[in-house]
Amino acid sequence: MIEATDISVSIGSRRIISDVNFEVRPGEIAAIVGPNGSGKTTFLKALTGDLPYSGRVVINNRDMAGLKPWEAASMRAVLPQSTALSFPFTVHEIVKLGLMSGRSGALASEERNLPERALARVDLDGFAGRFYQELSGGEQQRVQLARVLCQVWAPVLDGKPRYLFLDEPVSSLDIKHQLIIMDIARDFALRGGGVVAILHDLNLTAMYADRIFVMHRGRLAAAGTPQEVLSDDLISQVFECGLKVGRLPAGNTPFVLPQSAAI
Amino acid sequence: MVDSVAGSVGNMERRASAGDRSARAKFAIVLLAVLLGVTVLLSLASGASDASALAVARDWLFPSMSDGSPLSERDRIIVYDIRLPRVVLGVLIGSALAVSGAVMQGLFRNPLADPGLVGVSAGAGLGAIVVIVLGGTMLGPLLAILDIYTLPLAAFAGGLATTLILYRVATRRGQTSIATMLLAGIALGAMAGAFSGIMVYLADDRQLRDLTFWGLGSLAGATWTKIAAAGPIIALALIASPFLARGLNALALGEAAAHHLGIPVQRFKNVAIVSVAAATGASVAVSGGIGFVGIVVPHLLRLLIGPDNRYLLPASALLGASMLLLADAISRIIVAPAELPIGIITAAVGGPFFLWILLRKRGLLDL
Repeated sequence: MIEATDISVSIGSRRIISDVNFEVRPGEIAAIVGPNGSGKTTFLKALTGDLPYSGRVVINNRDMAGLKPWEAASMRAVLPQSTALSFPFTVHEIVKLGLMSGRSGALASEERNLPERALARVDLDGFAGRFYQELSGGEQQRVQLARVLCQVWAPVLDGKPRYLFLDEPVSSLDIKHQLIIMDIARDFALRGGGVVAILHDLNLTAMYADRIFVMHRGRLAAAGTPQEVLSDDLISQVFECGLKVGRLPAGNTPFVLPQSAAI
Repeated sequence: MVDSVAGSVGNMERRASAGDRSARAKFAIVLLAVLLGVTVLLSLASGASDASALAVARDWLFPSMSDGSPLSERDRIIVYDIRLPRVVLGVLIGSALAVSGAVMQGLFRNPLADPGLVGVSAGAGLGAIVVIVLGGTMLGPLLAILDIYTLPLAAFAGGLATTLILYRVATRRGQTSIATMLLAGIALGAMAGAFSGIMVYLADDRQLRDLTFWGLGSLAGATWTKIAAAGPIIALALIASPFLARGLNALALGEAAAHHLGIPVQRFKNVAIVSVAAATGASVAVSGGIGFVGIVVPHLLRLLIGPDNRYLLPASALLGASMLLLADAISRIIVAPAELPIGIITAAVGGPFFLWILLRKRGLLDL
């Protein structure tokens, strides 16, 4: 489990996020949603140790602040929003960088061709020999996801769950690949890992997230299951526009329909 | 040569899985090692005198067969005390320049970083000049303690200071702006040049002579003393470089991603900066400014074997050494019996090469 208590982040004298409480259990996808500038990425950066924060982040009963970089790397992998390269790496070489921390947890039989397997997972069969810089934005993002998957191939290692942090994993993808990527996240959770994802698409969030954390102006506006959190009033207020929430007949899953730019 | 290497390497590649250039890279490293061996032997065997390196080698390997004639005694001196130190120094400097170029490019995440271009060599040079000019007076006690290591250490200090300032100026939140880096390099180079000018103004006649010889950028005047002074520092930096490879690969994805992959980024960058400054400083101290090796060699190798630093760094060391020995041979032959400073050769080749990179990748400056 990852448990974050009273997380605040300031850059210079400016408070970016205040007193956010958060948790993700193994087996769950926790989605972070909120309008632009609400502090989602900043919060994720605190969780991954990229920004100094006040408060406490505990991962598998260990204080995040006391972890060496390589210890943290064996517990979690992080997918950035986008990655530009200035050297001509091939797709294969990029994906293989995920094996750098040395504890992918793959079975011996799959270890040798892990990069190929990971590429197949993200629907990039046959891309191994291409140059990363020549791919489209969406393809590059899937290459990075394949790399991240290599790093934590086994969702559970030595009996301890591992975690995927995804910063807008589907933002530059077409709808088919959005679903493929979210299926990968769900599969990772179902096999015992934990997933933290920043998402913009509320319908995708309702469909895949076990728990939603709604950020608004640097604070946590709501947290709970999609059924609890997604209501007309709350999300219209947070996103400052007119939104209507309906329920799908099957499974009572909420869906969100945009109404107007004004509330 | 490169073409035939690429051709035979192409066959190897088909056996490996797509996009995996490691087999090709290992094969290239073996070829480069052979190339260096050949270059070293040729350099030892050729020179203004007709001294036979073969005869000397025979004497050394089979002393009983030696005829002990004065001729072979003369050959022995020429090979051991003139050619061999020059070749050893060439190998050390060539590898140091090429590897520090490659490390710096990885550190700054751009292929145009080179200690010579961004003022690090100029800073190292200033350190050396200060020692040459003030060595007899103000810095006398320092010279007495550090002995032959004073010059390389001073150059190291100058190079380190320049690299640190450059990194501070050009990098914001882990992103290095190429334009800022190159412009900051111009400013730092100009400042180092100005201070160096003041030192030259203060110098007396004997020091001026020292400065002129030193500043030409040459392997001429290589002695075992110079090798003893700069060799250990360069060797340390070269030995450290394979340990930087993984971190530099991770850094290619950006500082945050490197951190997520388990690299202690800040400590890693410090080690990389110190090793670049050490290799550059020690090289500049004994051979003056020899430009462009650090940019030409890694760039050619990236085209051939890709940017994976686990292979790029050793391959750069080998090719850098070979290229500097070849440049040195040309500098001795082209105006024989006189010699051109080697820096002229590397600049004449490297300058157009740099323009070629710019033409191919104009987009780089927008990064």
